[in-house]
Amino acid sequence: MTNAVLDTPSTMGSEPPSPDLPSGAHIRRFDRPTRLLHVVIMTTFLGLSATGLPLLFSDAPWSRVLASLFGGFHGAGLVHRVFGATLLAAVAWHVSNIAWRAIGRGERGLFWGPTSMVPQPRDVVHLVQQIRWFFGAGPRPRFEHFAYWEKFDYWAVLWGTLLMGAAGLILWFPQAASHVLPGWMFNVALFVHGAEATLAIGFIFVIHFFNGHLRPGKFPMDLVIFTGSISGDELREERAGEFARLVETGVLAQLAVPPPSAARSRRGHLIGTVGLTLGLGLVGLILYAVLR
Amino acid sequence: MRTLLRVLLTIACLLLGRAGVADAGQVAPKPPANDDCLACHGDPAAARANGTLVAVAASTFEASKHGPMACVDCHADLVALTEFPHPDTLKKVNCASCHDDVGATYHDSIHARAREKSGLNVAPACADCHGRHDIRGKADPKSRVTHAQIPTMCGTCHEGIKRRYDASAHAVALKKGDSRAPVCADCHTAHAIQRADTERSRLNATAECGSCHASVVESFTRTFHGKVTQLGSGRAAACADCHGAHDILPASNPASTVSPRNLQTTCGTCHQGANARFVQYDPHPNPRDYTRSAALWWANRFYWALIPGCFGFFGLHSLLWFWRSRKDAHAHGDTTR
Repeated sequence: MTNAVLDTPSTMGSEPPSPDLPSGAHIRRFDRPTRLLHVVIMTTFLGLSATGLPLLFSDAPWSRVLASLFGGFHGAGLVHRVFGATLLAAVAWHVSNIAWRAIGRGERGLFWGPTSMVPQPRDVVHLVQQIRWFFGAGPRPRFEHFAYWEKFDYWAVLWGTLLMGAAGLILWFPQAASHVLPGWMFNVALFVHGAEATLAIGFIFVIHFFNGHLRPGKFPMDLVIFTGSISGDELREERAGEFARLVETGVLAQLAVPPPSAARSRRGHLIGTVGLTLGLGLVGLILYAVLR
Repeated sequence: MRTLLRVLLTIACLLLGRAGVADAGQVAPKPPANDDCLACHGDPAAARANGTLVAVAASTFEASKHGPMACVDCHADLVALTEFPHPDTLKKVNCASCHDDVGATYHDSIHARAREKSGLNVAPACADCHGRHDIRGKADPKSRVTHAQIPTMCGTCHEGIKRRYDASAHAVALKKGDSRAPVCADCHTAHAIQRADTERSRLNATAECGSCHASVVESFTRTFHGKVTQLGSGRAAACADCHGAHDILPASNPASTVSPRNLQTTCGTCHQGANARFVQYDPHPNPRDYTRSAALWWANRFYWALIPGCFGFFGLHSLLWFWRSRKDAHAHGDTTR
């Protein structure tokens, strides 16, 4: 799976996907800060889940056991706050980075266009086409740089982090919050923190895991977020719109990079395996608590 | 007269004893019957040499829970008694010889440890609460340990606590004849009493309050206080930390710890500097009760739409994707897709 050549559908043979692209070449997709941001979000998200779930499911038989891994409730609370602050810092860095790219560097296409994260009419079209494809009523949509489910993931994480971060800070510093907020906001904050956590944990550890990693064609994981590059074949297959645009504008060759080294792929596999295992394990605990 | 009786009894016993031996060879002497004991102890003036009374009223004993039993069932060291009068000092009656489960529970209690380890002889043993020859079951209205009687019983030693309890909402309910109103033993237990400031006691107390105030405790378990308490931490507020223990009063009473005028002080015990806005926090929230908090109600509604909506849509999306991928892979004979 890691080797794009092995993954090439038989109909294509070993022909390069584009005349400008050497066979087996990869295309750069995520730069280093983006990959680092994903690892930080992934680590803090797992840590926040593992330390928060004992409280959310405080009546489940495993809640005390899970909390005891972090030194009991007080230890879990401390780790939760450290991870929470780290995640907020990472998101703050990301938002300021976007602002700098937009204003400082005057980067175009950040807020609109084929490479933008902002939802656009083409995403609605793609969603409809994808559903038609599910039922065999049409070809796969020609996705651009970000597909609609990736945009949903991105905005959900950004919105969720800001909302949960705000609620978390209110609960962390209630006296300070009470200078501006009425006390019943603590009730709302705790409720929102728990409900949003249920949504986020379920969404990331089931839907994002499936869309990004576990679905046929990617199973058991997609390494692109860890290695930073995608094979030319995969790009042409999965993101026909982007591929065609890159060929047309002649940028494809500029983005070509050598396939990731074995060491880098191994590291990606390791991080991905740990993340997927822990995430699915936590989902198992939730299902046990809910269905028991 | 008494001396004469004793002499006659002793002779009778000796004769009976000897007759027994003559009849059955090595059979042990017949234990003294209750009447034998009452021959001396039935006299209201019966006393030891030092003057302490040892009288037992036959009618009191017979009406007691142990009425059908023999004196020597409890005073076991007199079973083989042949000579009267018996020595002044007998072995202490061991209730646990029958009530072994209660005995074991009591043995771990703060009262037993005070007696046995610290030598605090005023700490109660069985008889101090249950009585001696007049023991009655707790369902018997004449018992010393009926539900309604327990505060008085415990109050004989714990006078100060009793005074505070008497002013509480629970005592008021008890006096009105509410059989569900908690008395000392409901929270502290009767035999397994422990220090009330241990973590375990604090955690158990929540369940005890919940045996009547079920919905209030349920709403408590939705809060940070309640969840932390459920996780076994004693540092977050549980029932008694806000409501008090012995002197619980309804919030409508201005003297109550949870009366609106006292909330800042009560919350401020843990949350230093709790201001008027801070105490608008609802320690017993109910997201389904619009009148209690509209904001919480709306938040609940919103997430009840959002969460099933998201999972429903993307769950179906994933299932269809999986189905289509397997179908396509099958068509191409490609097992990796």
